[in-house]
Amino acid sequence: MSDIIVRFFVGGTIVSLFASLGDLFKPKSFAGLFGAAPSVALAATLGLAVLTQGDRYAAIEARSMVAGAVAFFIYARCLAWLLMRRKPHVLKATVFLLPLWFATAFAGYAAMRIWR
Amino acid sequence: MMVTAHFSELARGNWYEYASRFLIGGVVTAGAGIMAKQFGPAVGGLFLALPAIFPASVTLIEKHERQKKEQHGLTGVRRGKEAAAVDAAGAALGSCGLFIFAVVVWKLLPSHSAWFALPAAAVSWIVVSALAWLLSKRYPKFKSSILRHFEMNP
Repeated sequence: MSDIIVRFFVGGTIVSLFASLGDLFKPKSFAGLFGAAPSVALAATLGLAVLTQGDRYAAIEARSMVAGAVAFFIYARCLAWLLMRRKPHVLKATVFLLPLWFATAFAGYAAMRIWR
Repeated sequence: MMVTAHFSELARGNWYEYASRFLIGGVVTAGAGIMAKQFGPAVGGLFLALPAIFPASVTLIEKHERQKKEQHGLTGVRRGKEAAAVDAAGAALGSCGLFIFAVVVWKLLPSHSAWFALPAAAVSWIVVSALAWLLSKRYPKFKSSILRHFEMNP
């Protein structure tokens, strides 16, 4: 339980810091780079996984994170296209497209397991 | 195009906007840990690249851009959505760096210390993200149509 609480505070702090960096910079296309910062990964791996579970455990997490990153790319490109072309409500569009991230990430994960 | 830092932008946000980012970031990081415990590190690792904070961040960008226009007597709805789209296009470029970050940690950690692998991965993320952004600015074919559109309609 204490492990989860530490993750919560470390994660909250690091994610907030990266999000604030995104507010800071202009042009917005550059600031957007921080939207895909490895903030959760740094908090989770640096903060705890390496220290408590060991290097091997964190390496397995990072291998799956590759599939998550590819899914993030597809999600962000589709979102950018949707916002620019269709002009939907922003929050609804970002949440509506999240299943696309889940589908792509788990498809990538399955492909990595098959081809390993 | 020059990259500039605007510290006044930080004052634009309300306390609850920062609190919501902290809360979402904390929940997602803790959630990734719970998923890893329940289903193993292979499934938990996927959630390290979850765009969880992204909906909140991009919504704030849209709101702030809209408010800027409204201060000048304009509606700013279109401008806010375009700013959100540009931020999302930038995040897509940043995800190239996120990909490299994951590959570097994956390949280095079994044979190197975490104190070497994680900083190396963080530097790789910054370099690849910045290079992807620079390429998008320099080469029109690499640049997405979204970024081009926004630059033509500032």
